[in-house]
Amino acid sequence: MNKMEPVLRVRDVWKSYGDLEVLKGISFDVMESEVKVVFGPSGSGKSTLLRCINYLDPPDRGDVFLRGVRLGEKDTDINEMRARIGMVFQHFNLFAHLRAIDNVAIGPEKVLGLSKEDARQRAMAALEHVKMADWADHYPAQLSGGQQQRVGIARALAMEPDVILFDEPTSALDPELIGEVLQVMLDLAKEGTTMVVVTHEMGFARAVANEMIFIDGGVVVERGTPEHFFRGADSERVRQFLHKLEELYGKEREELRDVDGE
Amino acid sequence: MQEAPDLMTIVMLIIVNGVPATLQLTFFGLAAGFAIGLVLALMRVYGTKEMQWFATGYENTLRGIPLLVFIYIFVFGVPWVFWFVDAVSRPLFGVFFALGIRSGAYQSQIIRGAILSVGEGQVMAARALGMTAFQTQLYIVLPQAFKIALPSFANEYAVVIKDTSFAYSVGIFEILKVSRSVTAAWPALWVPSMLIVTVTYFVFTYPVTRYFGKKRKIHVSARGG
Repeated sequence: MNKMEPVLRVRDVWKSYGDLEVLKGISFDVMESEVKVVFGPSGSGKSTLLRCINYLDPPDRGDVFLRGVRLGEKDTDINEMRARIGMVFQHFNLFAHLRAIDNVAIGPEKVLGLSKEDARQRAMAALEHVKMADWADHYPAQLSGGQQQRVGIARALAMEPDVILFDEPTSALDPELIGEVLQVMLDLAKEGTTMVVVTHEMGFARAVANEMIFIDGGVVVERGTPEHFFRGADSERVRQFLHKLEELYGKEREELRDVDGE
Repeated sequence: MQEAPDLMTIVMLIIVNGVPATLQLTFFGLAAGFAIGLVLALMRVYGTKEMQWFATGYENTLRGIPLLVFIYIFVFGVPWVFWFVDAVSRPLFGVFFALGIRSGAYQSQIIRGAILSVGEGQVMAARALGMTAFQTQLYIVLPQAFKIALPSFANEYAVVIKDTSFAYSVGIFEILKVSRSVTAAWPALWVPSMLIVTVTYFVFTYPVTRYFGKKRKIHVSARGG
């Protein structure tokens, strides 16, 4: 595999719903083991962008390439491509009728065609990875939000995808549950998982993002390293937004960085 | 005239001669209704505009016409549509068919409601894993939908089993018809035979609606998508 070829290539993606233009030409590349953090005010099109990337919501215009293969091409099997793009949802979206282990195993078994046994083994390993092995036999409704989200992450991991998309993975969680999910994500990032993360967790971004992309009104307003943003962004809009986040979250998440010995 | 039968004999007559036809009609009527209802529900939820239009039209039409009219149509009007069965069994098929297409209209609504209550988030998650639309239905949506719909299915069973009594009007020996032939011979037994009929229907409906009718705990995530 060519290390220099982007894992994911997003080229001039446009999307509108009726008269509402949500995305107006977004482009970026994600390299192997890179962590890309996408942030911006709500309604700026971040979630739509993620759904365009795996064609859950096909873009109106523009292209998405996974390791050089264009999604949406007539002879690319979209399901096969999606199996290689993990997705973690804001509201977890676990399968309510399945135990944690089966939530994770069902993809490898039904989509990748692994045997029941192998799929279970892989699912168990993924649950261990997110420290949820002890909860394997619990139903989603029996788990806390943070635990559900970790199962959601395990579900994505078990597919051994090329890249994982995170759609505000902590924003539906009670404050005291955010830490455990962020910790798992930090670990994944450090292990070299290729990730695109929509989040307002600036502590996380600061710790592991290779690049941050600020989106507003459907366009990329500014992009750069965490360094760049926290030293002082170029655009007034971004500075305001970061300031507001800081007011909102304060410095409470600072300790995350310290734990990880940035 | 023959000696009048005692109550136990009437009970036996009804159970041996009437109950089989009643249960048969109920089972096949529900089964046909389920097949029709499932297809219609999927058409309404996931189908094209035309499919939705068709399914809605079917529901509205079938729900607006009395069952007995359908039974008459299929038994007396167009019995030849059952050309593949012998003439003696055609009324049975006519009733079965009428029950099935009517129940389909109601089961479509039951299943549709249940499918919609599973939530888009889980569908999205399944598709994001790379499942096909079919796999998503098979492994994620329908297993949950059926569990959710269980009380409504129990209710539909109670409706259908009671409506099999219309088969009496076209001469099928189900519970009611058997008791009517008893009372025709011995009018004095009208009250006890009707009582037995009533109890028989009750015995076959109440335990089922009682057991499945309660909304039992389903593992539905509070936040679930």
